[in-house]
Amino acid sequence: MTTALKEWPLWEIFVRSKQGLEHKHCGSLHAADAAQALDMARDVYTRRQEGVSIWVVESKSITASNPDEKGELFDPAADKIYRHPTFYEIPEEVGHM
Amino acid sequence: MYTQSFNVPDGGAKTVALAPSNEDPALQAAFDTRIDADGRIEPQDWMPDAYRKTLVRQISQHAHSEIVGMLPEGNWISRAPSLKRKAILIAKVQDEGGHGLYLYSAAETLGTSRDQMLEGLHSGRAKYSSIFNYPTLTWADVGVIGWLVDGAAIMNQVPLCRCSYGPYARAMVRVCKEESFHQRQGYEALLVMMTGTEEQKAMVQDAVNRWWWKCLAMFGPPDADSPNSAQGMRWGIKRVSNDELRQKFVDATVPQAKVLGVTLPDPDLKWNEERQHHDYGQIDWNEFWETVNGNGPCNKERLATRVKAHNEGQWVRDAALAYAQKQKARSIKEAA
Repeated sequence: MTTALKEWPLWEIFVRSKQGLEHKHCGSLHAADAAQALDMARDVYTRRQEGVSIWVVESKSITASNPDEKGELFDPAADKIYRHPTFYEIPEEVGHM
Repeated sequence: MYTQSFNVPDGGAKTVALAPSNEDPALQAAFDTRIDADGRIEPQDWMPDAYRKTLVRQISQHAHSEIVGMLPEGNWISRAPSLKRKAILIAKVQDEGGHGLYLYSAAETLGTSRDQMLEGLHSGRAKYSSIFNYPTLTWADVGVIGWLVDGAAIMNQVPLCRCSYGPYARAMVRVCKEESFHQRQGYEALLVMMTGTEEQKAMVQDAVNRWWWKCLAMFGPPDADSPNSAQGMRWGIKRVSNDELRQKFVDATVPQAKVLGVTLPDPDLKWNEERQHHDYGQIDWNEFWETVNGNGPCNKERLATRVKAHNEGQWVRDAALAYAQKQKARSIKEAA
């Protein structure tokens, strides 16, 4: 009689769609270990050649910013419009810059 | 990919009262503002309890439908008429399994666990699309499932790509991309049969006759009898009403049936010039609810097959975990 062990851990899956592009988060899945997570990610997320490379990260290893602190974190960037090229007026005869 | 466009209460009652809000008014107001602005909600964001519960129920029912939906077609893998059709069918069934996994993952972001959801399905408490409680009697049924059942599901699912809950919407985008292959392969398989013998043509017509009304019922009860729809619409979970989706499906299917050379089994089906839509007959809702509530022709068989597969796979899941733990212990020991 086997006693049921607990659920397989959760992994986050990142796929590079083609050489030259970044890995992008595409979802998650359960797997016993990293090697199995890679195998499963291939079957679950790249059945139609959606990727050329896969990263798997155990979900519990990810540290995320707190959505309640979104204001304090990101608002300070809102009034620094001089960080954008459109802030600067350049005479038209200069052309593209 | 399959879903009932409406949210059947797990358990059996036909309606659920709108949950009274006893949430923090400030948080509730911020949530409402975001929903009204057609914003998206992400897993870590605050959300009312009723919104969370509705999503868990809907997404898990949707996931269960994908998984159970593998069974009626899986029955035909070993009997597909050619190697080509067999390869196509295997790919389709594998997609359905994949869709179930995307959706379980989306539901898990709401704080439920895979085990909890599977327990709900296996105990019979959680619902799945009632369309899978009907048998697939001939090879033509496999084609008709692709054409009509997947066709109806696509109508439902395209608007879900704009659902207010981010992970559900993203899963649906992925699903919809893969889905059109399902409908096209089914329709094409039927086109081929319709160039065959009289017997094959009759087989297609028979399958259409058996599935047509069940597909219309997949969109859920008429709007007037769908008390949950209003709340779902308010939350941006549901975007288009049951009746509107059903009408779209009928209007899209009539010309396809004509090209295929089959009739749809409804004497009341006809073009209404004034409405610029097809009129159609009465759906048998008693039969629908009987099936939803567990008394369809295959409810018991489907659930039993699912539970058996899960139980017989338990040793594999246990072994994989034990192996992973052993490997981990060994690498720690080596490092020490």
